[in-house]
Amino acid sequence: MSDTATPPSRIGHWPAMSSRAARLALRDLDALLTTWILPIAIMVLFMSLFAGAIQTGTDYILYLTPGILLTCAGFGAATTAVTVNNDMTGGIVDRFRSMDISGAPVIAGHVLVGTIRTIITLVPVVGVALLYGFRSEATALDILSAVGIIALFIFAMAWLAASVGVLARSSEAANAFTFVVVFLPYPSSAYVPIHTMPGWLQPFAEYQPVTPVIETIRGLLLGTPVGDNPLLAVIWCVGIAAAGIVFCTVMFRRRTA
Amino acid sequence: MADDFAIEANGLVKSYGSVQVLAGVDIRVARGGIFSLLGPNGAGKTTMVRILSTLVRPDGGTARVAGHDLLKDQRKVRRAISLTGQSVALDQRQTGEENLRMMAQLSGLSGSRARARAKELLTQFDLVEAGSRRVGTYSGGMRRRLDLAAGLVGEPSIVFLDEPTTGLDPRSRRMMWEVISGLTAAGVTIFLTTQYLEEADELAGHVALLDGGRVVAEGTPTELKERVAEQRLDVTFVDDDAFRAALGFLGERAVHREESRRTIGIATDGTAAHMRALLDEIDADRTAVTQFEVHSATLDDVFLALTGRAATRAEDQTGKADGDAEAEHEKENSGV
Repeated sequence: MSDTATPPSRIGHWPAMSSRAARLALRDLDALLTTWILPIAIMVLFMSLFAGAIQTGTDYILYLTPGILLTCAGFGAATTAVTVNNDMTGGIVDRFRSMDISGAPVIAGHVLVGTIRTIITLVPVVGVALLYGFRSEATALDILSAVGIIALFIFAMAWLAASVGVLARSSEAANAFTFVVVFLPYPSSAYVPIHTMPGWLQPFAEYQPVTPVIETIRGLLLGTPVGDNPLLAVIWCVGIAAAGIVFCTVMFRRRTA
Repeated sequence: MADDFAIEANGLVKSYGSVQVLAGVDIRVARGGIFSLLGPNGAGKTTMVRILSTLVRPDGGTARVAGHDLLKDQRKVRRAISLTGQSVALDQRQTGEENLRMMAQLSGLSGSRARARAKELLTQFDLVEAGSRRVGTYSGGMRRRLDLAAGLVGEPSIVFLDEPTTGLDPRSRRMMWEVISGLTAAGVTIFLTTQYLEEADELAGHVALLDGGRVVAEGTPTELKERVAEQRLDVTFVDDDAFRAALGFLGERAVHREESRRTIGIATDGTAAHMRALLDEIDADRTAVTQFEVHSATLDDVFLALTGRAATRAEDQTGKADGDAEAEHEKENSGV
């Protein structure tokens, strides 16, 4: 081993860790199938059971689709939480820590792969939505912007999930995170209009991060008014992602089982 | 580097809550060869390894590892060492080759050199055929070998092995011993923890016995074992009279006694000739002794001799902790 004064570059850790995360993700068939099937199952459920009862002023599929797209972020994030937790509770994290490797590339690898993996799950959801009659008159730029906002939200949720994964004592605990992120869209404008909710819940639904993201996507895809929602959405997502990055990097070193 | 020692630790102290795990440990590990930290579970072995490999900060004390200050030059220490801990540090869903190649890249080797290094290690550890299979399909012994190989990718000068054979079957354990003793040829220093006296005896040139967070004895395995009877002939007598008569006759030579079973232990070198002579000496008429048994020196015996108390309590905990550690390994191996 060299004893030179200047430490060797650690830039190579990033591609090594990212390709590792990609391989692990591609070979976790259970998780892949779950994240592909569950959002579609929820969409079918809502369209079959609730579509007739919920009055949104438009075709329900138009109202519902953006919400389901965000649900994908929840399921994808749950997988990221479990993957990060497996690393942190297994033996491999001690080896990484005892090498000259910082936590950033280890966890960022999972987050980046998780984000891409989740963005791909949007494709079949959009496909099923089209079958249900979802149509948009949005321009290519609007669609691109909508995809960008969703991707940013997925990225933020992945960092939040990674933080949970770093903190949780077991993969079961990390998996329980699924419930939080999957249910977060319910008390928001994702599935039903907020004004139909009980009064005590409305402030939460109004101000929680999912609502501005949903409203921005609706605005972009369906032409509804967006107000300051795009700005709020970006602030929320960037804020959550930044907090997650700082938290994960610090805790990677501190957390010793 | 002018340091004479690979590892030099002074007064390392560590507590978790109100439990003091290390109560001032001093250790000197010479360059090259195998150093073994021997002790029952709960003695503080793993904590020592975690401190010396930069994973845990000690509450007090200082240490130099590979010539670098453990607390001030963590990154330099990390680049000189590798750690193979008790839990296997591999990705079950990557193949053996992929795991090694990843570690090589993380150690700073470029793509093609990483590939070559992985291939070299697979050959060295007799895993060429298994290299293209996912680690999830490996046996316990293969996994440990690959884990050890993964720790060598970056050509560390000091290799920490924390209980590398715990939970392995005897054949796999033998194989690991061969692999580990082969590593020293390259001039690597190995810091090995174990709870098996036999393992320290087989591998290590220098042994430190850790008990209750302190080093209670140090030396070569032979030096340590000279302080206990390496092998003991336990003879059981037909009645109390014969038992007492033999005790009186043997005097100081009775290194072990069990009143309730009318059993006396006498030091022996284990050869048939010596044992035959002993039996004839104790029981010339061939009527007093009903049974005999050859007892090899165990960690218990070393403990008894060196600490003046039996390791029974520690052993009870060991039994339990072992079970837990193994359950942990099971989980590790089956999961992920």
